[in-house]
Amino acid sequence: MLTPLTVTLAVAALALAAWCGWAAYRDQPTKDWHFIGMAVVTLLALVQLVVGVVQLAQGRDPADGAVIFVSYLVGVLACVPVVGLVSLTERTKWGSLTVVAGAVVLAVLQVRLYDIWGGGTGA
Amino acid sequence: MPEPTTTKSAAVPGRGGRINTGPGKLLVTLYGIFTVGAASRSLVQLTTRFDEAPLAYVLSAVAAVVYAFITLSLVRGGEGARKAALTCCGLELLGVLAVGTWTLVEPSAFPDATVWSDYGMGYLFIPVALPLTGLWWLRRGHREQTAPTPSSEQSDPTSSEQSEHRSQET
Repeated sequence: MLTPLTVTLAVAALALAAWCGWAAYRDQPTKDWHFIGMAVVTLLALVQLVVGVVQLAQGRDPADGAVIFVSYLVGVLACVPVVGLVSLTERTKWGSLTVVAGAVVLAVLQVRLYDIWGGGTGA
Repeated sequence: MPEPTTTKSAAVPGRGGRINTGPGKLLVTLYGIFTVGAASRSLVQLTTRFDEAPLAYVLSAVAAVVYAFITLSLVRGGEGARKAALTCCGLELLGVLAVGTWTLVEPSAFPDATVWSDYGMGYLFIPVALPLTGLWWLRRGHREQTAPTPSSEQSDPTSSEQSEHRSQET
């Protein structure tokens, strides 16, 4: 797997979490700028999905199997859009906190994804 | 600046109850994430390597069902769903404590981990924190619904602030 991309995505997700956490701390809902941030993270996740699938197609095999690998990639991609939609229906600081939760989950999934691919091998 | 937006959702209560707005929305999302996580995990494990650790995988599946039920109840809202979710959160807490203790006392029964192994340590202890938060939130929802003026509460622009104060008092 592309380790730099994994790290970038994890850092971006944590930054998004901190940003929305700050909004929640100030008792604010998610704003347009937050949604642009979510879009950036989602775009990175989409790139990761494509890169992952391309590497599978090239015959490289994740340590824990292709099915788990792809389901994690899809889960990563779904994370932020889902919490983004929830924060649209919950225009309070709780909506912002929901985005924090989703972004943290995404960062944790990146760590798992790294393990599933088999550590640094094949990077 | 935050005031107009915070009061907006308080004025639009969820269908049949308010357990699915505000902090409830965050709780629903967390339960949803754990439903998807536990369900997909147990699905993969049960279908691909059931023989390795049958007990652990079945318990993970049970956890997934409990999570799914609570998620649905929280989304639906209303008094019946609230009671059902309350029961399930209690079951969930018992399950986490029982499985957590079981995995510590008799590790040989669990060659592979469940969602609730070691009180959910592999999941940052969220599996323990979630039912406790759920129980607190649902019991609080009950107190709000038994409050004398639920209708005026909906039109009251400061209701969300009041309810937060009320929960802090107890």
